[in-house]
Amino acid sequence: MTLYLRLFWEFFKTGLFAVGGGMATLPFLYDISDRTGWFTHTQLADMIAVGESTPGPIGVNMATYVGYLTGGVGGAVVATVGLVAPSVIVILSVAAFLKAFRNSRYVAGAFYGLRPASTAMITAAGLTVMRVAFLRGGVWGGLAWKAVALAAALLVCTRVLKTTKKWHPIVWIGVSALVGIAFDFGA
Amino acid sequence: MLRELVELFLTFARVGVMTFGGGYAMLPMLQREVVERRRWADEEELADYFAIGQCTPGVIAVNTATFIGSKRCGVAGAIAATAGMVFPSLLIITLLAGVIRTYSHLAWVGRAFAGIRVCVCVLIFNAVCKLWSKAVVDRPTLAIYALVLLGMLTLRGSPVVFVLLAGAAGIAVQALRGKGGGAK
Repeated sequence: MTLYLRLFWEFFKTGLFAVGGGMATLPFLYDISDRTGWFTHTQLADMIAVGESTPGPIGVNMATYVGYLTGGVGGAVVATVGLVAPSVIVILSVAAFLKAFRNSRYVAGAFYGLRPASTAMITAAGLTVMRVAFLRGGVWGGLAWKAVALAAALLVCTRVLKTTKKWHPIVWIGVSALVGIAFDFGA
Repeated sequence: MLRELVELFLTFARVGVMTFGGGYAMLPMLQREVVERRRWADEEELADYFAIGQCTPGVIAVNTATFIGSKRCGVAGAIAATAGMVFPSLLIITLLAGVIRTYSHLAWVGRAFAGIRVCVCVLIFNAVCKLWSKAVVDRPTLAIYALVLLGMLTLRGSPVVFVLLAGAAGIAVQALRGKGGGAK
């Protein structure tokens, strides 16, 4: 029971403070991982892949996945309800004062500051995933060169080449999985 | 009333099943289901809801669903639409998580995920680049970005603190500008 309450509370906080969509929940999930030990950083990186390649919003998918790992089916439901509860409350209040909200200088000012902060926190989360993906056995264990080569190829495909740029991320996740199996990644 | 609630649930469940990744990927689906098929809102309203959903806390897709649900049937509608939106995720992820846990000890599954992690880095990098152009627009926002990044990497504090500080800093910067004659 206490586990469910803690799950709900952690995801309620995430839903309340993560501004800017799915990836914005990442820094909060890393924080939860550090404080509770419910899941590891490596598991979290895998969750992002599962969240991206299954239907539905990424943020919701990640909450469900974390909830399931920690507390089974009940945990999945509790974490998801915790994540969306603040949205429902906030949006219902905003809907009541829609005009005032849109024209408020304070709201505009707050989001002017929140957007770069959210971008910075996602960057920090990305660096944590990079440590798991590119370094072998800690910071001084050396670079995993096969991983670096794959990343370079993916960057070219998703940012440079016109034809492949628009393809859905699920394609690249599938390709990366196959490359990982074929070239013995993580060994 | 009950029929409309069921319709809200089913419509958003369909949007949830058919979009991968959420966020922007969801907009065309919402346009088709909510604007063209159901006529619950027009294009402009939907764009407004989506914009507000982006700059309020929480998952954008859920925020948009709550908005449309509340417009149709008040609080009950908001809850029905949100429940519809998250229902497919709950079902699919719960099934999938069980499968992944069962097979994760196999060597080839481990290698596949090692490859996928590289891809996740690239996806996050791309997301940051997309956000960057809208978020880091001048010197104060660049300073906020740098300070929060530094803080996250060195202090390991709760993200909540950074969110509150950054919001306050944004209001302060804009207020100072207002006094200085509105120079932007």
